[in-house]
Amino acid sequence: MTDLSSALHLSAPELTLAVGGLVLLMVGAFSGEKSPRLVSGLSVLLLLAATALAVVGPLGSAFNGAYVADPLAVYGKAVIFLSAAVAVVLGDSWMHRNNIAKFEYPILIVLASVGMGMMASSGDLISLYIGIEMHSLALYVLAAYRRDDLKASEAGLKYFVLGALSSGLLLYGASLIYGFAGSMRFEDIAAFASANPGPGLIFGLVFLICGLAFKVSAAPFHMWTPDVYEGAPTPVVALFSTAPKVAAMVLIIRVLVEGFGLAHAQWAQVVILISLISFAVGAFGGLMQKDIQRLLAYSSIINIGYALLGVAAGTHVGVQATLMFMTLYVVDQIGFFAILLSLSRNGRPIRKIADLAGLKKDRPLTAVALTILSLSAVGIPPMSGFWGKFYVFGAAADAGYWMAGAAGLVASVVAAFYYLRIIKVIWFDTPEFDVTTDKAPVSAQWIGWAAAAFSFPVLLIALTWLEPLTRAAAAGVGIG
Amino acid sequence: MDISLQHYLAVAAMLFTIGVFGIFVNRKNVIIILMSVEMILLAVNINFVAFSTHLNDVSGQLMAMFVLTVGAAEAAVGLAILVTFFRNRGDIAVDDASVMKG
Repeated sequence: MTDLSSALHLSAPELTLAVGGLVLLMVGAFSGEKSPRLVSGLSVLLLLAATALAVVGPLGSAFNGAYVADPLAVYGKAVIFLSAAVAVVLGDSWMHRNNIAKFEYPILIVLASVGMGMMASSGDLISLYIGIEMHSLALYVLAAYRRDDLKASEAGLKYFVLGALSSGLLLYGASLIYGFAGSMRFEDIAAFASANPGPGLIFGLVFLICGLAFKVSAAPFHMWTPDVYEGAPTPVVALFSTAPKVAAMVLIIRVLVEGFGLAHAQWAQVVILISLISFAVGAFGGLMQKDIQRLLAYSSIINIGYALLGVAAGTHVGVQATLMFMTLYVVDQIGFFAILLSLSRNGRPIRKIADLAGLKKDRPLTAVALTILSLSAVGIPPMSGFWGKFYVFGAAADAGYWMAGAAGLVASVVAAFYYLRIIKVIWFDTPEFDVTTDKAPVSAQWIGWAAAAFSFPVLLIALTWLEPLTRAAAAGVGIG
Repeated sequence: MDISLQHYLAVAAMLFTIGVFGIFVNRKNVIIILMSVEMILLAVNINFVAFSTHLNDVSGQLMAMFVLTVGAAEAAVGLAILVTFFRNRGDIAVDDASVMKG
């Protein structure tokens, strides 16, 4: 009995979100006209409460090791839940402006957060699969949220088909790992894999890596990314490029570094290969894009490549680098999307890069913010993007992957082209015809400015507490 | 002839391969893709149950039950998305899902 109550205590963040999400469904169904705004507000509170519970809650493992609450899980959950809360705030104002506000949007994000929390805390293959599916099913629906829009429903369909395929690959890998290692739990798998990493186990692991690479949209499993980013509603894309990426990255750390840490030599080449292909696809694929969201899709592919480089190192330093990189990347992405959501010209949202022309005159502060974020994405010191890459390349070099790090640098030089083009359009191009920039929703604008401010001056102070936090989170990872 | 673990694994591997090819080779109908996804999940289930009896460990069968449940939920969500796509497009041929490219 005490066993059960302590297990429930450990999993309090997810339980709160799950029960809260169901209560909010009722609230939404019975509160009529006002429901979207009310449910959005309550969802944000719920996500903040879950973050607080995760941060102050006890550490340990529950349900026979299926659920793990360790520093890595806590850190991951804090980033995941907070960025999901920002996505709810961003979505609310945008949906109202486009007259598609429904209370299902925040609730789907809450339900996806339950799954993402499970992913961050998974201790065996069953909770891994359940977590992935709980978050994917909610995200498929979110991608097709504008159900009268052809592009959105096509995006949802593509995301669903490829997502289901990736779940299948992942499961097949999980079944082989289970069969050859004889256990579902990562601890037992780690003990077995260190003793005898046979071909069956490695075969299963490669399938599992392929499935997870789909979820983080690493090349060559990125086919869905540009289409989904282009077709799905912008706030949903803002969610896609933040919280689920962090959750999947934490999960990759759990499986590879924690579960197969001592079989590092077997999987390191696979991960390095995936990140090299991501560099190439992300850098060259983005060059010719005109649609901003499509461009951001390629930028997310290249950035996942960097994050995977830290995982490939397979050390505590590497894990810390990946966590640091993902945190800074998430803040940058939130900034990009908040600014994109806050801008609309002549009553239409901005879709093309060329639509940004003349922004410096209408919205000087937003233009500065977007410039900072673009420079940070290029990796110019001392912006946040530089520090993320600094940690990742450092970890890769430590582990002896000099060439992969060098390839990453080359890719970031190529990718600099498309970020610099954004800056050029903002500051030096004049719009082709008269445009008036519409009044911006306050929340999105402030979130965008705050993210930009974080990216440049604030980060230099924030690094002093982010560094020990990520170090502590990484130190909790048992390698092997 | 005894039916050993290898036989089960071979059947599952074949079903899995057919399912994956069903997704990529089929150019006609999205429903066939949904069927292929189900096939992949069932192939995985055969694997899990076969390993579970072979290892004398119940967690594989537990996983199989979870996979069945999630598979049902996945099919429901997939069909719902397919219905919205059909309403907008008037057709569910795979080649029609090509508004966005590049």
